[in-house]
Formats: sequence, C-alpha cells, structure tokens
Amino acid sequence: MATQQIFSPLPGIFYRKPSPDKPFYKNDGDVVTESDTIGLIEVMKSFNEVKAGAAGKIVRFLAENEDAVMAGQPIAEIDV
Amino acid sequence: MAVKVLKPGLATTVQDLGRPGYYHIGIPLSGAMDRHALVAANLLVGNDAGAAVLEAVFMGPELEFTADATVAITGAELPPKLDGEPRETWTSFKVKRGQILSFDFLKQGARGYVAVAGGIDVPVVLGSRSTYALGALGGFKGRKLEAGDELPIGSAGATGKDGRSVARDLRGQPAGMPTELRAMPGLYWHRITEAAGDGFFSDTWKVAPEADRIGYRFKGGKPLEFVPREPPFGAGSDPSNITDACYPYGSIQVPGGTEPIVLHRDAVSGGGYFMVGTVIAADMDLIGQLQPNTPVKFVKVDMNQALAARKSRSELLGKLHSALA
Repeated sequence: MATQQIFSPLPGIFYRKPSPDKPFYKNDGDVVTESDTIGLIEVMKSFNEVKAGAAGKIVRFLAENEDAVMAGQPIAEIDV
Repeated sequence: MAVKVLKPGLATTVQDLGRPGYYHIGIPLSGAMDRHALVAANLLVGNDAGAAVLEAVFMGPELEFTADATVAITGAELPPKLDGEPRETWTSFKVKRGQILSFDFLKQGARGYVAVAGGIDVPVVLGSRSTYALGALGGFKGRKLEAGDELPIGSAGATGKDGRSVARDLRGQPAGMPTELRAMPGLYWHRITEAAGDGFFSDTWKVAPEADRIGYRFKGGKPLEFVPREPPFGAGSDPSNITDACYPYGSIQVPGGTEPIVLHRDAVSGGGYFMVGTVIAADMDLIGQLQPNTPVKFVKVDMNQALAARKSRSELLGKLHSALA
C-alpha cells in the first residue's frame, strides 16, 4: 500500500466543509473514491471543490479548516 | 488554425493591452493585469507587443493545438508542460499539431500569459480584444474560457522563433517580501486622522482571497479613524462615504475604513467611497502578480517620485523591446 498526497490546485482559503453549519466532507481514516470532494478552496469570490483524485483511505488531513493554502500544497494524505 | 480548450483553468480570459477611452462612461480599461508580462510573451513569439493572449489566473488551462505553433508563457511561475514534458516559462517553444499544452501547480506570482504566434484572433470590440467579463464585452464571447471553446489564431505572417528568452532583470516581477506598492495620498486624505494616515503606510497588509481583476482587497492593517464631519449632501452617514465621485484606475478605496481595495483593470468608474490615495502607474503590474495572503506595504511617494518611477518602468519596457527586437 502506497501513500499519496492530495494537493491544493489553487492558492486561497481551505474549507473542510460545504458550509459553516455542515459536518466535514471527510475525516481522518475515511474511505474515499476518486471523485469524492474532500474540501473547498475559496479564491476570487468562488469556491472550488478539491477531489480526492484516487480511491483509498484518508490517512490524515495536513491542512486545517480555514487555513490559508498555496497552490501545490499537500492538504491530505491517502493510502491507495 | 485554432486552439481547443480542453480544460479552462479557474478564470482564463483573452486580454491585450486594454480598452482605454471609455472609462468616463463606465467601461473599464480591461486588458492584462500585468501588461509588461503580456508584452514580453508577445515579443517572444514575434507578435506585435499588444496582440491578444490568454491570461490564466492561479491555474493554467489545458489546450490542444490544431496546427503547428510557437508559444511563450510569461508572468507568474506557472510551469508549462507539452504532452506532459516540462517547458520553461519566459522562453518561446514550438508546439506541433495535436500536442497538448498543460500546466503544473502555480509556483510563484498569480497570472500567467500564454502568447501564440499570430495572436488570439477574437473580434475587436471598442478598439480592443480584451475580455470584460462583468459587462460580457470583448474577448471570447465576452466571458472566461470554457471547455470546448475553439480560439481562432491569427495568421499575421508571424513566424515565431523558439528558444528565445527574457533575462530575469527584464521581467519586471514583484521582488522582496513584503511587496512594496508605492502610492500617493489622494483627494480625500483629509478625511482620516494623522495617526490613521501614518498607520496606513506603516502597517503590513495581506492580499485578501476576494482580490480579482476588478479590485485587489487587502486585510490585516488597523481600521482607519476618520475626522468627524457633518455628512455633505448625498454622502450618507458612514464616515467612509463621500458624495459620488470618479474612481481613478489604481485608486485605493476603504469602505468602512477597514479593508483597502485598489481598483484594477475591470474596475467600476465611480461611486461613493472615499479614496485614501492612488497606487502609482509603475506598480500596477506588480499587483496583478500577487497571490492571496501575500504581505504588502503601501509606500508613500510624491508626484516627482511617481513620475520618476513611471519613467524607470517605461525604460524597462524599452530594454525588453531592444532585447527581443
């Protein structure tokens, strides 16, 4: 089993939930499919979904909810 | 020949040097947020300096070429890949028919300029090919690119050479942290207290994630304190409001006195927010390359310093032209 990182495609603010009063999309240890959304990046007044990009199990998130992130920054690790 | 858009990126638009002459009737300048980088991209591929190119913000598009072409990517460090193989920024290279140009994650800066020899041949609207998306004007159908779009490329007899590049000292990109933006105090300077004026120039601000082609918003400095007044007719009670006035390109409005917004290429041309000053022309391109959260300081200058800076920026452009002649 290999560990793979999920990168932020954009600079901006990282959100782990679809809106403030909703639960996190995914938690550490959750199983994901390739097309699952794991978070949002807010930039230029738009919210852009971040997909898992591979099927596996989320080992852990590397960025916190509402963290400022850079493009190409790892935001989660998954076991694929 | 055409370029097919396979993936559009975040907000990729067709831009040239802009559409001056209509701002007084509410149509903004538009054009590249980093005009120096646009000119560099065009000269690298043998185009006229002001030919239309693609401006890709934060994320590159994925493009398929229907004929052989010469391209160059300048501006942000948005690393190009041709059929998955890395290529250099600020350097012209050949693309063969059927090849796919894509991009790696943004490394530095904010906006990459993709020039194709011949230029992007969209219709000229009010003297420019630039996209003003808010007004659905110009560019490709007045909007940002979408998957499936086919961009016509001009023939113009352009025969771009590959392997030409721009030396680092001619690129005109922001240097140093925090980025310094020179500004002249403006007509409404008297509205804030002396302490607030000092604070504005001594605080370190950060680019807000909302910053876009219309305006660049900054956060993190102290709120401005206003001099008490009787609101003039039409101004309203908020101390940051004025009787409606014209907004210059580069002007720094501060709604509520909290978050300064520097108006940029797609700005509104007038309204009722007081302006603390104006970022000088020489530094407007730098703003176009600022990512969210970048630390920025506003540096107070006078008219003589502003004119000297403009001269020096225009000499840099002259050197770029000579180097790529």
